[in-house]
Amino acid sequence: MVKYILIPLLPFIAFVITILFGRNHIKDKAHWIAVPAVFASFILAVSAFMDVLGGKVININIYSWIVSGDFNVSMGFLIDQLTAVMLMVVTSISTLIFIYSIGYMHGDGGYYRFFAYLSLFVFSMLILVMANNYLLLYFGWEAVGLCSYFLIGFWFHKKSAADAGKKAFIVNRFGDFGFGLGVILIFLTFGSLEYVKVFDSAGTVAGQTINILGYQFDTITVICLLLFCGAVGKSAQLPLHVWLPDAMEGPTPVSALIHAATMVTAGVFMVARSNPLFNLSASAMATVAVVGGVTALFAATIALVQNDIKRVIAYSTVSQLGYMFLALGVGAYTAGIFHLYTHAYFKALLFLGAGSVIHALHDEQNMQKMGGLKKYMPITYWVFILASLSISGIPGFAGFFSKDEILWRAYLSGGLGRFLWFLAAGAALLTAFYSFRLIYLTFHGKFRGTREQEHHLHESPPVMTVPLMFLAVGAVAAGWVGIPPIFMEHADKIGEFLAPVLGHPAGEGSHAEELAVMGISITVALAGILIAYIMYIRKTDLPGKLGAMFQPVYRLLYNKYWVDELYSKTIVQPTLKASDRIILGFFDAKIIEGIVNGVPALIGAFSRRFRAIQTGLLSTYGLAMVLGAVFIIGFWIFLK
Amino acid sequence: MVPLSWYIILSAVVFSIGVVGFFTRRNLIMIFMSVELMLNSVNISLVAYSHYLQSMRGQVLVFFVIAVAAAEAAIGLAIIIAYYKNNPTIKVDEINLLKG
Repeated sequence: MVKYILIPLLPFIAFVITILFGRNHIKDKAHWIAVPAVFASFILAVSAFMDVLGGKVININIYSWIVSGDFNVSMGFLIDQLTAVMLMVVTSISTLIFIYSIGYMHGDGGYYRFFAYLSLFVFSMLILVMANNYLLLYFGWEAVGLCSYFLIGFWFHKKSAADAGKKAFIVNRFGDFGFGLGVILIFLTFGSLEYVKVFDSAGTVAGQTINILGYQFDTITVICLLLFCGAVGKSAQLPLHVWLPDAMEGPTPVSALIHAATMVTAGVFMVARSNPLFNLSASAMATVAVVGGVTALFAATIALVQNDIKRVIAYSTVSQLGYMFLALGVGAYTAGIFHLYTHAYFKALLFLGAGSVIHALHDEQNMQKMGGLKKYMPITYWVFILASLSISGIPGFAGFFSKDEILWRAYLSGGLGRFLWFLAAGAALLTAFYSFRLIYLTFHGKFRGTREQEHHLHESPPVMTVPLMFLAVGAVAAGWVGIPPIFMEHADKIGEFLAPVLGHPAGEGSHAEELAVMGISITVALAGILIAYIMYIRKTDLPGKLGAMFQPVYRLLYNKYWVDELYSKTIVQPTLKASDRIILGFFDAKIIEGIVNGVPALIGAFSRRFRAIQTGLLSTYGLAMVLGAVFIIGFWIFLK
Repeated sequence: MVPLSWYIILSAVVFSIGVVGFFTRRNLIMIFMSVELMLNSVNISLVAYSHYLQSMRGQVLVFFVIAVAAAEAAIGLAIIIAYYKNNPTIKVDEINLLKG
């Protein structure tokens, strides 16, 4: 039992030590505490995974956290198949990224702070995935959001970074508000927040309705939609996707760990975890699927024309998260989690590769000023190729198996699903295109930066490249645990492993259909790569021409559909104005200041009158005393 | 046999002398002695009533008053001396540090 508690506790201990003694004592040796702690946590996670693989499901309550009447929440861990997979993803990628950070953050003034926050993040994320009730999940959920805020604004002296941190936090408030309401409604409906109890009695609640503003709604649907609201915020789905691209202001390892591999997938994890609830609500499922499918295509189109290397990958993340939600929405939970797991590896690899490029170019992120880096940074180039092949869905690589599974399941679910499959297949074409556009712009052609930069070009140190190679292995091989039955019987290990928690996806299709769907996704992937090759290697003047020809479309995409501007006009500016008028102008100036200044003024006025009594003459006091005594005695004698 | 009223009148007179002294005197020691006077006037009336009512309670109380007065005198005089050492005066109108 101690073993399981130690998994999240070790990073927390590392955080406490580093944050307390970092500034004055540990300084640039911070990694000697954080990295071993996370690595030990990884080893323990592997051992926990083995336990689960051996058929054990651990559900322990460590202590009663909150007891109040019927409300009873334990601090407890549930380690089942789903959690085990998440534990492996979180701890393995954290370990690699911690090691990479030693090189990437070398010499930064806030070196210890970086490792402290990163350790705190790992702790929070582990609590999130290991929780056995919704409240603890909510705690981890908010804690990772807090760490995300800390780390996006890590270079807080830069205004854009501080703003991006705030944006991420505030946008997440919208989602988390819904999530919080969802948790409350779960308690009201089921009388408990523990997963096991909630899921066991989910069936009995099906069909119940709840009265909201005079209308009757299906309780389960309301719960699911509220929970999904939180997932939309955390996993940056439409319409709350705006924070994730801005979050790229944070250091690149943060982008890789928090904003690609782990935290943003918390929404996917949460929906998958709540699958017994979602299964009962067809409309909630449809919502999840539509949001996922539309986001996948939407984000991919924006990624086509962005020039900031990290933003391209960020939009790609939003798009891939959309795929995961599409899978969840069509009931293929295993496919969603499978894609979460493969995505974690290739996307972390893409980000860390981009970090390696940015590091070599001294913080240049504009791809138009890169080019020809292949001969200077061969390792980064090759891992980038592997990751891009994986995300594009080229057979054999990790991304192929998971993405194809999602597309196939979406296709199978028919009706709406088939339409979403069409969107997702389109997004797959775009994915391949923007991934290879990134590679061609960055690594091929001639170097377009300054001479100064060209002079300093170098491959990153081994402390950075070795984690890249490990992740590359993941990006290639992570998918081999989920080979579909059409290629090999009983090779879909991950699907079988997760089945006790997530169930088997519904729907059966013929082999011919499955091969056709697969063929289409492979064809679009290859087509995407080919188009990128033509546009950025063969005819390099073509992108400019196309941009000029489809000027409105180009501007629409380049400006990200003006969503930020829309929110600024409709939500941010009115809020700021209202708070300026009401809160600052009226409430603060009149009420708060009125009370704060009024009370002392009143006391002052009184005391000016009454302090004349205090003469300092003993005889006066004596007289007052005697008169008082006479008065009291007189009162007592004559009136009693 | 001296009637009770005489004792009471004596006590009232002594008490009034104490009160007047307390108000009119400026010297701290004199004020202090006025307070002593008031205490002793109370003692007189207590003993008188005790005898009149044939009860020992009043006389017991007198001993308490005497004990308290002794303690009070010791502390009061000590305070006066301590004050005099710091400020060379014991006139109450000049002792006005706490004046508002």
